[in-house]
Parts: sequence; C-alpha cells; structure tokens
Amino acid sequence: MIIAEQKPLDEIKNLIGDAEKVLVVGCGTCVTVCFAGGDREAQILASSLRMSSKLNGHPMEVTDVTVQRQCEWEYLDEIENEIKEADIILSIGCGIGVQAIAEHFPDCWVVPGLNTTFLGLPSEQGIWEERCMACGNCVLGLTGGICPVARCSKSLLNGPCGGSEDGHCEIDPDVPCAWQLIYDRLASKDKLDLLLEIEPPKDWSTAHDGGPRKIVREDLMLETEEAEA
Amino acid sequence: MTANENNTNGYLVGTTLERMLKAGHFAVTGELGSPQSAHGEEIRAKAALLKGYADGVNLTDNQTAIVRISSIAAGAILVQEGLEPIIQMTCRDRNRLAIQADLLGAYALGMRNLLCLTGDHQIFGNHPTAKHVFDIDSIQLVQMVADMRDKKVFQCGDEFKGIEPRFFVGAASAPLADPLDFRPYRLAKKINAGANFIQTQLVYDVPAFAKFMEKVREMGLHEKTSILVGVGPLKSAGMARYMKNNVPGIDVPDEIIDRMTAAGKGEPWFGKKNAEMTKEEKRARSKARREEGIQVCIDLIKELREIEGVAGVHIMAIEWEKAVKPIVEGAGLYPRPSV
Repeated sequence: MIIAEQKPLDEIKNLIGDAEKVLVVGCGTCVTVCFAGGDREAQILASSLRMSSKLNGHPMEVTDVTVQRQCEWEYLDEIENEIKEADIILSIGCGIGVQAIAEHFPDCWVVPGLNTTFLGLPSEQGIWEERCMACGNCVLGLTGGICPVARCSKSLLNGPCGGSEDGHCEIDPDVPCAWQLIYDRLASKDKLDLLLEIEPPKDWSTAHDGGPRKIVREDLMLETEEAEA
Repeated sequence: MTANENNTNGYLVGTTLERMLKAGHFAVTGELGSPQSAHGEEIRAKAALLKGYADGVNLTDNQTAIVRISSIAAGAILVQEGLEPIIQMTCRDRNRLAIQADLLGAYALGMRNLLCLTGDHQIFGNHPTAKHVFDIDSIQLVQMVADMRDKKVFQCGDEFKGIEPRFFVGAASAPLADPLDFRPYRLAKKINAGANFIQTQLVYDVPAFAKFMEKVREMGLHEKTSILVGVGPLKSAGMARYMKNNVPGIDVPDEIIDRMTAAGKGEPWFGKKNAEMTKEEKRARSKARREEGIQVCIDLIKELREIEGVAGVHIMAIEWEKAVKPIVEGAGLYPRPSV
C-alpha cells in the first residue's frame, strides 16, 4: 500500500494561510490503513485546526469529510458540494489524492496535509517499511522475492557491496541489508547460482526516468458512445 | 599506426601497472587524496612524494562522498607530473552517459588505468541531502568499460566511429566483508565482467585474508586477474580500534593494536596522560606511533606477499603520502623494476 505521514501542524497552518472555510478531505484506502489520513485523522486534524485558529483570534470554519478513494472520480463526485463551499481543501490523501482533487475540481485550491513517503507494508504494529519503488520492470524473480531496487540503499543489482555488517546496511543499523536477506534466502533455497550471473544494466525507462508513466488497456476501455452515455 | 588506431604492442593497454604485472613483478600502487579545494599545487606536491615509488597512483572520486577535485582533473595533473594515474570512478554521482563521456575525456587526456567502484553512500559525506544516481553498479561499470575497449562499443551497443578508450580495468574487493562466503564469488563476477586487476579493502588480518585466498586459488581466480592487496599505515592504536569497530569488513587483530599501543615504550613520556605532556613529548609520541605504524605496514606486506596469488600491494596512506616512501623501501620494493 501507499504509506504516508502527516505534515507538521505548523506547515499545514502555513499552507492554509488565512482561509475562512477549510475542508479536510480524508481517504478511506491506503492512508486509512496506515493511520495517516483516514476518517479519524481527518476529524482530529479538523478539530486541531479549529482550536488553534480560535486561540489565534481568527476562528476558521473547518469541516471534514472522508471518501472511499480520493484517486477515483466517482468518489470525488460525492463531495462536489462540500468542495465548492470551501475556500481551501486540505487533502490528507496521498499525493495522488491531492492531485485528483485538483484535476477534478479545477476551481478549488487544494493543499496537502500529508507527506507521501513510500510503497510498503506494516512490518509490525506501528512500523511501516518500504518494499517497492514501482520501477516498472520487476526483478523479484531473480532475488527470491526481496527487492534490491527498493531495499538496497544503492539499488545494486549484482550482490552485496561490502558495506554491511551483521546483516544491517552501513547507512543505518536499523536498515537490514537487502543483499544479506537475498543471500540468506537464496542459500536456504539452494539457489545461490542465481547470484553468479551478471545482471546487466537495468532499463530504467520503465521507471520515472522514462518520464511520467501511463498504461493504456484497450480491452478495458469503453466504446466512445458508451463512454459518452 | 594510423591516426584512428590504438597500438598496444601485445598489451591490453600497456600501462606501467599492466607491464609490471605481466612481467611477474610484485606491483605497488599508491593513493592520493585530492584536496577539498581548487588547490592543484597540493596534488603536485603529493605526487612528488609518490613518484618512483608506485607503479600507479589511485585518485579518489569524491571519496566518502566528500566533494574534492575530481579524479580525472587530478589525473591530468599527475600525467603532467609524469606519474601514471589510476582514476577511480564511482556510480554514485554519474549515470552511464556521464561516466562514458568523462572516460572518453580521461583517455584523451592520457589516463589509462581505471578503478571501478560503486561509491560510498552520500549520507556519509558533506552533502547528505543530495540525490544519488546508481544508474549502474560497479560490476556493470567494469563490463561497460571492458566492452568499450574490447568490443569497441558504447554501453548502448553503438560502435565507436573513432578511437576507443582503452583502459586497464580494475575493480575493488572487500575480502572480509559480509556475507563472507559470497566474497570470492563476487570477485569472480567482477573478473567475468572484465576486471584486469583487483585492489582490495585494507587487510590487517592476514590469516583471514589467507583463507579467502585459498578459496580464490581453488576457483582459479588469481590466474584470471591480478590481485593487489590493500594495506595502510596506522597512526595510532586509537585509529586501529576505530577501524576494527566501525569499518565493515576490516578487522584489526589485537596483536597489531598491542604493537601500536606499545609504540615508544621506555621513553620518558610513555604512559603519561595528554594533560601532563609537553608539546615536544606529544610530538615525540606521535612520531613513535607513526614509525611503528609504518613498520607494521612493512611487516604486513612481507607476510601478504608470501600468499600465493597475491600479485601486488595497494598502499593507502591517505593524507599521509609521506609514509609511502619508507614503506616501499622497508618492504624491499624499491627501486621499482623498469618495464
């Protein structure tokens, strides 16, 4: 899932400025599961902003609403009226949600309440870790299901650099060395021979380096008349 | 020889380092730390300390991710001074376009030896908020430059229309880093990618390195490349302990730490606390420790030289280039044979 965390309140207040009517928009998908931008967080943030604006002597009207998914037009349509009534939209969806609101409601001014951090998972309660960089050209079949692109600090493709110690990366003792994990896993599956092949330079054109990406699935597209209807 | 041909007389490249290794002489390479300023004269001064004592001199590429005069610019100065540079190239700061472009330029400026490295992560350096590159890794870099020389192609596969850059290609090895069992295999990958010579991480633990070399010989790797073992003089017992505890893949045996601790034993200042020492005593202590560091380094070279498959030594005396001369002389490696 997409992992995000809330921006510092002062930064959020700066982004909002002197708006009078603020709508906090939560999202019911990834950021709900990572406790950053769901219904509960939207309510708490709205309440914090109300309180702090009162203390400042310029009380703002802050309301909140949470949609199932900020990244799909049909869910955004449901909050069209609330959006139109607000001076400013504070989205606590991921970066995609913020952009979806800006794109779908060109007349509104939307600002982000979260920093979208990575694609990952909760490794345990309260801890989230990066697992994927969406490079568009998956190598997990060569590495035992552990991604060196996302999890090695240097995205190395040909094995451990020599900077790890006791299984952790040299950049931080809290970061496991991805190549130690890969090595151990391939050793346990008797597949170390996979590591002996030289992996050629990666084609990064499928990653962001090739420009903003787009997928077109004609088999799923609606016929023009159907789409218009 | 026509203008668009490289003539190497049977050598891959024909550098002093390659000739020395091919002739079976025990090779010596050194290292020069470039200044964190535009002070080119400092490079000339350090080059003078190494001239005649090393078959090639490594020039670091923003070593430990700290900005310095670039390895290729420093290499150009070394060429002017009559030394043979071994330019280091990392994958941290440049993508495949920039690396190839810079190497074309380096070749045009007379540089012929190249050491391919992944590069230290920028978090360790003086620009920790920088964006890194790592478009390719060190093994892919070795393959790219070997292919530029042998297949006369750019990484993309396009053929060179004119002179191809011919580098004597080196790679690094960290023989005692984790995962230990994989180290000889990673070395094999670098050799398969095209590494003509290898310079290792600093070695202080000779028995552990000898064990690594046993596996290297069993795999026949020492016959496919030339392995130069990394050594470096210690300045103090504190430096030895720091490396032992903080640098992955370096273990300094207690015996060496004890030797460094005992440096200057019997002198009137020995065992005194810093606060009780005069300036002269501190200077004498530093001198005694450095002399012992140099002697330890000489002894290490003598031991490592006995290990079958070790083709030379890479002396890393960064910010202490003066130490190279006594080390090379003390190890019986001076004068350098002419090849």
